[in-house]
Amino acid sequence: MKLVEHFEQGLDAPICLTWELTYACNLECAHCLSSSGRRDPRELTTAQAEAVIDELQRMQVFYVNIGGGEPTIRPDFWHLLEYAVNHQVGVKFSTNGVRLDPERAAFLASPACGGYVDVQISLDGATAEVNDYVRGPGSYDTAITALENLRDAGFKDAKISVVCTRQNIGQLDEFKALADKYGATLRLTRLRPSGRGADVWDELHPLPEQQRVLYDWLMASGDNVLTGDSFFHLAAFGPADGSGALPGLNLCGAGRVVCLIDPIGDVYACPFAIHDNFLAGNLLRDGGFKEVWQTSELFQDLRSPQTGGACAKCDFYDSCRGGCMAAKFFTGLPLDGPDPECVQGYGETALASGDRMIPAASQDHSKANPTRNQPVMLKLMTRPPVSDCAESPLAGFTL
Amino acid sequence: MILDEPWRLTPSVALRPEPFGALAYHFGNRKLTFLKRPELVRVVEQLADHPDVRSTLVAVGVPEQQHSAYAAALEGLADADMIRPRADALEESA
Repeated sequence: MKLVEHFEQGLDAPICLTWELTYACNLECAHCLSSSGRRDPRELTTAQAEAVIDELQRMQVFYVNIGGGEPTIRPDFWHLLEYAVNHQVGVKFSTNGVRLDPERAAFLASPACGGYVDVQISLDGATAEVNDYVRGPGSYDTAITALENLRDAGFKDAKISVVCTRQNIGQLDEFKALADKYGATLRLTRLRPSGRGADVWDELHPLPEQQRVLYDWLMASGDNVLTGDSFFHLAAFGPADGSGALPGLNLCGAGRVVCLIDPIGDVYACPFAIHDNFLAGNLLRDGGFKEVWQTSELFQDLRSPQTGGACAKCDFYDSCRGGCMAAKFFTGLPLDGPDPECVQGYGETALASGDRMIPAASQDHSKANPTRNQPVMLKLMTRPPVSDCAESPLAGFTL
Repeated sequence: MILDEPWRLTPSVALRPEPFGALAYHFGNRKLTFLKRPELVRVVEQLADHPDVRSTLVAVGVPEQQHSAYAAALEGLADADMIRPRADALEESA
């Protein structure tokens, strides 16, 4: 049996586990996949979080991707980081950089972290204009300051993590230059219509011709650029035999080799699928993480042989394996049909067919009232103001 | 020739058993490697208990005609620093 078939049937423990420590966040990014903002009062306590780490150590989950929300604003974040490292669970954490002052940067570069800690700074534009448009005012400066602090502290190889959008696809070379400037590695990932991303996906997701630009750029300049294995739907730009695939796991790993633990201990099939339909169980209620991973009905189902559905007759099915489950679900497409961004164009046809129902969100931790950090997604100006000093209330309108 | 040398699993590498064999994870360079045969897992685990690679293969029961294929696989693991030459080799030759 080929390795990929073993992956499809699921492993005894995940390879890639994401753990969102909190739904609290200082930012209110327009496309937040977990609709974060406010802390959930049921958030795992420090002791409960330590117990999760103990269990991950027993299961030999070698590293965990910690995110949120903004994980570093949990008061016990630095303690949990050290606790994980001391229990042979390496940590890669994603942050907007808000707490990465020179002192914290020095701690991360110190032997206390033993090289077991990876830091990933989120940046969705190579310029403040493009980044702050979706991540909110000041967020570009915060991220750059964090990168400077890490570099100055001697922290090696931070990651700059970029969600690829219609607005920033044209900045790929600039992102790479930024990464080089800070001794960092660039990581590009796919925008999903998950969480608040559902509200802005139509405006932000890359256009079909931009997907081609992205694929060509990754093929030409993608050495040493990480992708989180998130662009496997682009493999169908290559030959039908799958030889044009990007490096990495070219299949949906949800519930098979990937999963998500959310701040209250709910276990979902994938970080991009925080919805009741993909909820496998809760590690506090259902006998621990291992029990949920190994026995949940949902995960058993995801590990059973999948049919290609409408995609099975497509020559490129072996390349893209039908694409991303979460992208289909949150755009209201059938799970056994094409990905909404199918590069053969079947997604656009499916989206246009009109008989789809976009699912209602099953959780929302967005702030009840917007704060000054909320992004203001004003359209970038496409035409000049009507005149220098137009006093008529109807200026610019033709009657 | 790796078959005649003493090797061992690198101390910072952990093996996680899986139905196909094992995952090998290197905590130092954070590389993840898949050992795709249970026999290869047993070989890697037992390297340190035998004078050289060849005697490890014999102990695990790998047929002789497969020894060169296993040697190639082990060289790949050595490139990723998953296994290392054992110090006693250096002591003997010193």
